[in-house]
Amino acid sequence: MTMPWRRLIRCLTIAWVIASSSLAFAVQPDEIMRDPAQEVRARALSRELRCMVCQNQSIDDSDAPLARDLRLLVRERIGAGDSDGQVIDFLTARYGVFVLLKPRFQAQTLLLWLLPPVALGIGAALLLLAVRRRGRAMSGNESAPLSFEEQGRLAELIDDKGFSSSHQAADGPRDPSITKV
Amino acid sequence: MIVEAGHYALVLALALSLVQSVVPVFGAKLADPRLMGVAGSTAVAQFAFTLFAFGALTVAYVVSDFSVVNVFENSHSQKPLLYKITGVWGNHEGSMLLWVLILSLFSALVAIFGANLPLPLRSLVLAVQGWVAAAFYVFILATSNPFLRIAVPPIEGRDLNPVLQDIGLAVHPPLLYLGYVGFSISFSFAIAALIEGRISAAWARWVRPWTLLAWIFLTLGIAMGSYWAYYELGWGGWWFWDPVENASLMPWLAGTALLHSAVVMEKRNALKVWTILLAILAFSLSLLGTFLVRSGVLTSVHAFATDPTRGVFILAILCVFIGGSLALYSWRAPQLAQGGLFAPVSREGALVLNNLLLTTACATVFVGTLYPLALETLTGEKISVGAPFFNLTFGPLFVPLLLAVPFGPLLAWKRGDVLGAAQRLLAAGVCALLALALVLAWTRGGAALAPLAIALAVFVIIGALSDLIEKAGALRLAPLVSLRRAAGLPRSTWGTAFAHAGLGVALLGIVCESTWNTERIAAVTAGETVTVAGYQARLESVVQRQGPNYREQVARFSIQYDGVQLGELTPSKRTFSARGSATTEAALLTRGASQLYISLGDQNADGSISVRIYHKPLVLLIWFGTILMAFGGVLSLSDRRLRVGAPKPARANRPLQAAE
Repeated sequence: MTMPWRRLIRCLTIAWVIASSSLAFAVQPDEIMRDPAQEVRARALSRELRCMVCQNQSIDDSDAPLARDLRLLVRERIGAGDSDGQVIDFLTARYGVFVLLKPRFQAQTLLLWLLPPVALGIGAALLLLAVRRRGRAMSGNESAPLSFEEQGRLAELIDDKGFSSSHQAADGPRDPSITKV
Repeated sequence: MIVEAGHYALVLALALSLVQSVVPVFGAKLADPRLMGVAGSTAVAQFAFTLFAFGALTVAYVVSDFSVVNVFENSHSQKPLLYKITGVWGNHEGSMLLWVLILSLFSALVAIFGANLPLPLRSLVLAVQGWVAAAFYVFILATSNPFLRIAVPPIEGRDLNPVLQDIGLAVHPPLLYLGYVGFSISFSFAIAALIEGRISAAWARWVRPWTLLAWIFLTLGIAMGSYWAYYELGWGGWWFWDPVENASLMPWLAGTALLHSAVVMEKRNALKVWTILLAILAFSLSLLGTFLVRSGVLTSVHAFATDPTRGVFILAILCVFIGGSLALYSWRAPQLAQGGLFAPVSREGALVLNNLLLTTACATVFVGTLYPLALETLTGEKISVGAPFFNLTFGPLFVPLLLAVPFGPLLAWKRGDVLGAAQRLLAAGVCALLALALVLAWTRGGAALAPLAIALAVFVIIGALSDLIEKAGALRLAPLVSLRRAAGLPRSTWGTAFAHAGLGVALLGIVCESTWNTERIAAVTAGETVTVAGYQARLESVVQRQGPNYREQVARFSIQYDGVQLGELTPSKRTFSARGSATTEAALLTRGASQLYISLGDQNADGSISVRIYHKPLVLLIWFGTILMAFGGVLSLSDRRLRVGAPKPARANRPLQAAE
């Protein structure tokens, strides 16, 4: 839309960058944990946590100083032996649910989480209804399948008109199934 | 002077759009061909005036006329000419001017190429285009005028945001707008049909190519934006589920659904009422995207509340057009005749399934994007909805869709045969299982989902090709005959195959990139080597360079793989003096469809420099697949059936290859 994608999104980031007068990028070499397994956990958790001064960026992506603080905090908790759930709980207790990029399933987010499956369900149900209604209409209205002789005549008629090449081409060369119906 | 002329031209365009909004409607009501004929000439004249206004602003940018506020705020005399020109739409006012320029272009195209449309339909369509155009002209002139002057002109401009000084920006917004605004045509046709109370054969034949055209541009625009974000923002991501991205994804999903339901309508005269609704939705979502990005509501609900002029204006436009069109729909749609019948298992049925899944996916993105805004406005509570939510909800909706894609084109119209289609997809299924086995054997105990996703991608690609092979009779007939048949297939069949295969190719890229990308973050000094996925990147030197309007720090890396020298990469960090801001310029080394990606960070106290190096396997397939999809669209657009407006019976004894 409008301008480049990321412009608005990164505006705040850029503002921060100007403020901090250097362009850093997200995870810094000095942040990385010694234990690779713990670092992997830290990165995975970072992707689920929001940098609160940025627009919809995870702390893993963000250059903002706050994001760095949060990344260090996550690593500190992991280093102290917290489980992933405990780290998330710790940050939520401190910063509120705003910090979670994947909202919790609770009263306020009921509609958010349930809309996709409910929409799909309602859509499918409406379709089934329509299908049943139409199925009845179809069996009522439609004439019986063509007999062998009728098919033969139809083929003759089509050939007479010289229609065969273009018409078949329009629906794909194989499509005798239509006449078989 | 030229700036004032441009300003005046925009006012005249508004006046013309008002005439275009009113006169043809009365003409259609009174069945007066002269009144109806007004629509065509006003549409063309409106385009000419808007083009002049746009040209005037461009001239002001090219000559760096800093007495114009808009130029002062977004340009700089030292900027390269290319970015002076692209800067015209690199800001709010200019991008809105581009929006109306494209809108008037589309109206003019309908006026020029619509000669074979029934006159009342054409004039109503143009009148609806006039309504939309008038609303946006008023918006620009009242709240976002790019032609305002400064009493005491400054000597130098403030420069364009450096992130936007890139070739990607030159291409991305115009493409995206061509897509967004292109849906206005389908919308206007839908409204015209509702006003007329009937859907003629001409209607169906027109809507599909116009939707297809808009869809092609939107597809390319989204792909371009994603690639731009990938190389310009410096952290190697290509899709962030950001509201700004979602705002363009929603019309794309609705547009893709519209494209498919329009096929059913054109071929089988069914799903008419639904197609009209989708046409309204696709453009409404385009308007919503404009609102989301232009009103500042995304930055913060509070920012929106403190400076609401623009936001409220667009919101009003949004409410009038979306509310009005939906009200009209609920009033008139029940009177429209229902179309042809079909069995649940048929080509139509498959396309209905496609529509169900795409619209649900669209609704998911919609609720995910707007829920935080709505919740904060209603209760003041702040929550975040980010990538983890969308991956969890959007992904599962696309799996059944992708599974069904190869079946669709193999089913017959009216009543299909799943078993027959499945038989014809046997080869694709076998290939998918082979791929699954190979990837499982190769990764052994790695990510469990990735091999399945790759198998799905292979199934989609081979399935799309099976359709072509089947229709050409490649396995049943002599090679020469089947080649002739393949050449004789309608281009829309080729288009479908390309677009569907492109979907599979893009999926392949997405899965490989996100599962097996490797990343190294390190602080390096000259002479040190970092190894990523077997590539050795050795930092040779770090130097300072002066660009036209920036200074840059450039690191030279030499890249080796298996002891073979592959070349040099020079990522840099640019500091733009006018704004004191900086950008990272990532350096990319492409091997096949995979890329090595280096971006620079800060210089540390000990003289070392932070770098991020990624190896991204098959990442280019993501965009290659999207381009394939767009190419499929182009092929389908060039189909004879769409070009000639009405299907003509072929002459007798016409040779097959000439049928094109």
